[in-house]
Amino acid sequence: MSAFGVRMGLAAMAAGLVLGLIGSGTIGSGSALAADAARGKILFTEKYGCYECHGTQGQGSPVTGPKLAPNPLPYDALSAFVRTSNGPMPPFREAILPTPDLQDIYAYLQSIPPAPDYKTIPLLNNK
Amino acid sequence: MARKNPSREASPEVSRRKFLAGAAVAGAATTIAAPPAAEAATPPVAAAKVPAVLRPTAQQIAAETELPRVDSPLGGRAGSDFMVDVIRSLGIEYCYANPASSYRGIHESLINYGNNTMPEFITCMHEESSIAMAHGYFKVAGKPAMVLCHGVVGLMHGTMSIYNAWCDRVPVIVVGGTDLDAANRPPGVPTIHSGQDINALVRDFTKWDDTPVSLAHFAQSFVRAYKFAMTPPYEPVMIALDAELQETSIQERERNRLVIPKYVASAPPQADVSALRETAKLLVNAANPVIVADRVARTPEGMKHLVELAELVQAPVVNLRGRMNFPNGHHLSQPPGQLYAQADVILGLEVGDFWNVVNSFTDNADNEGIGLQRRRAKPDAKLITINSVELNQKSNYQDFQRFQPVDISMVGDAEASLPSLIEAVKLAISSDRKAAYEKRGEGFKKAKAAADERAMAAAAVGWDAAPITTARLAAELWGAVKDQDWALVAASNGSSGWPERFFKIDRHYQWIGGSGGAGQGYGVPAAVGAAHAHKAFGRLAVAVVGDGDSMYAPGALWTAARHQIPLLTVIHNNRGYHQEVMHVQRLSNRRNRVANNGKDFGPVGTRIENPNIDYSMLAKSMGVQAFGPITDPKELGPTLKKAVQVAKAGEPVLVDPIMQPR
Repeated sequence: MSAFGVRMGLAAMAAGLVLGLIGSGTIGSGSALAADAARGKILFTEKYGCYECHGTQGQGSPVTGPKLAPNPLPYDALSAFVRTSNGPMPPFREAILPTPDLQDIYAYLQSIPPAPDYKTIPLLNNK
Repeated sequence: MARKNPSREASPEVSRRKFLAGAAVAGAATTIAAPPAAEAATPPVAAAKVPAVLRPTAQQIAAETELPRVDSPLGGRAGSDFMVDVIRSLGIEYCYANPASSYRGIHESLINYGNNTMPEFITCMHEESSIAMAHGYFKVAGKPAMVLCHGVVGLMHGTMSIYNAWCDRVPVIVVGGTDLDAANRPPGVPTIHSGQDINALVRDFTKWDDTPVSLAHFAQSFVRAYKFAMTPPYEPVMIALDAELQETSIQERERNRLVIPKYVASAPPQADVSALRETAKLLVNAANPVIVADRVARTPEGMKHLVELAELVQAPVVNLRGRMNFPNGHHLSQPPGQLYAQADVILGLEVGDFWNVVNSFTDNADNEGIGLQRRRAKPDAKLITINSVELNQKSNYQDFQRFQPVDISMVGDAEASLPSLIEAVKLAISSDRKAAYEKRGEGFKKAKAAADERAMAAAAVGWDAAPITTARLAAELWGAVKDQDWALVAASNGSSGWPERFFKIDRHYQWIGGSGGAGQGYGVPAAVGAAHAHKAFGRLAVAVVGDGDSMYAPGALWTAARHQIPLLTVIHNNRGYHQEVMHVQRLSNRRNRVANNGKDFGPVGTRIENPNIDYSMLAKSMGVQAFGPITDPKELGPTLKKAVQVAKAGEPVLVDPIMQPR
């Protein structure tokens, strides 16, 4: 692995750890939001480039960014991290990512259906 | 400067070089085929051959088109024939090269006197590709290939790949043509393509270079270059080859003095025995030892020894994958996770960047934008390194990375030092420690099984997504090749490490590491060179390469087709330079600005779309069978199976799936 790869891998792990801590309930639970998932998908992919590190389905990458969906973190926790991240993901402040846009993105993440059980996919049981 | 033969000085007509130059100046027509130089200034046929913006001069046309009056003025063997004998004495199989006038003498000897075998001339489309092919070839074959490149401009093209080889500790023998005799070399382009010291271009990142001035000197230089390149730390070497030395016949007085020095491989340098004993004591008594392996185990024996060392004390091995090193299915193959933070002993083996093991760096706005830098290892952890690179360092380029103070520093080839370290560990182990080792090993077995399960669950997320996920690509690829004798010759960082999670990498040739210098343009040509070496063993070479990287050197695919090099190339086609996306995004956010995406799916300047590149058409245009673009993930598996059949039949093949960024 290149130095860059190692750096990004370690950074991604650090980000994952922070998300895990937030998701454990230290910031608060999520809330249902009246938001537009379709618009959120466009914002997620075309405007803010979230998909570049987290994938179009929020599936995440072991190198660039943790899984966001399905079953995203509670909105408050996600929002707090997005606003204040000091890890490899830069903070997206209100001036860059207005709250209505973040709410739509969250709606998109919530709309992503559950992943299949890997045990039902032959290639994932292919030793 | 080539030494002059007095008889040649007295007889200008015997020098082919002087003949050409003289013909150009005098405008003398000496053959039916060649037009007089004066007329050659604007002849429509000759002009059509010269794809230049500027009209060529009469001298240039004459130098390129006129035939010599006498092919070998002095009779006897050409100097470059002897050079071929020298090259053959070292068993060099391949010469990767883009043709060039400055080495025409040895080119002619290779294909006619040498009958184009040992070495075989492999036609390449760019010097960066030639050298990357030799780079990939070595990491499979375990012996160097040579590269011929044009003086000055060809070498300039090749510099990036030489730097990659340097950073990756790979021997490549680069030979560059040049015409040293300023008074007599052809004017115009051949003079522009000559230099006083072309080796200076690459001296900062080659281990050794020379400019032989006689054939005897060439013999010594070439064997010495081979010897230096092949003594750890392996590195590229450079020889400047005077055109006149190539083209002049062997002089009578020189003939009986020409000998080819016998090559005897140098024993690799080993770490100091007393330091190894001290290391062994620390390892056997450690509560949480960690072995970090980078460019260590490159042979079956090296891998076996590393496994033995780890198993003796049940120490986890963090494989940085500069080489095969360690089987990824072994329970002691572990991700770094918290290992570095918990370790009381960290043993680094040929680690390129040990600072980055001991410390962490976060590219954020901390420290006024410098980023957050913290020690990851415990303050009292014992840090030990075995590294051969200290034996050969230069100052300018910073591939030696940040300085990391350690407790025990051993200079030597880590692979060669492993047997002595193993013996020292065996002597140091006391029977009362064995239960602790077993308990530690059991813990890693459980951790490994849990990590494998988590990875498969993660791979299921987005399984049917389009663009196709990197996890699905790796799973489908593994499904297509797992029953073959396969070798992964490239797996781009963009694949998020998924190939390494699916592929059961347990043979020394199944993984060869990356580029070393992280210079773009390595992936496809290095994969072609590695596949070339695998061809002799009938192995199926598989490469996953980035789209941006591939566009630096797509011509390497033509070389694979031309020379029937079987290789399954999968483009990780995410239509962007993802690595740069995040740099621009990070800086935009830091400056409180929304990144300008223009009309693309990422910041301006980082995307490869509008128009999209059709890699399948690109490959087909060069005689490579290809499939794609593939957008439906369900089509990927069947397509890969078809592609495997093409490669098994001995041909290169390319698959172009439209992929997630990472």
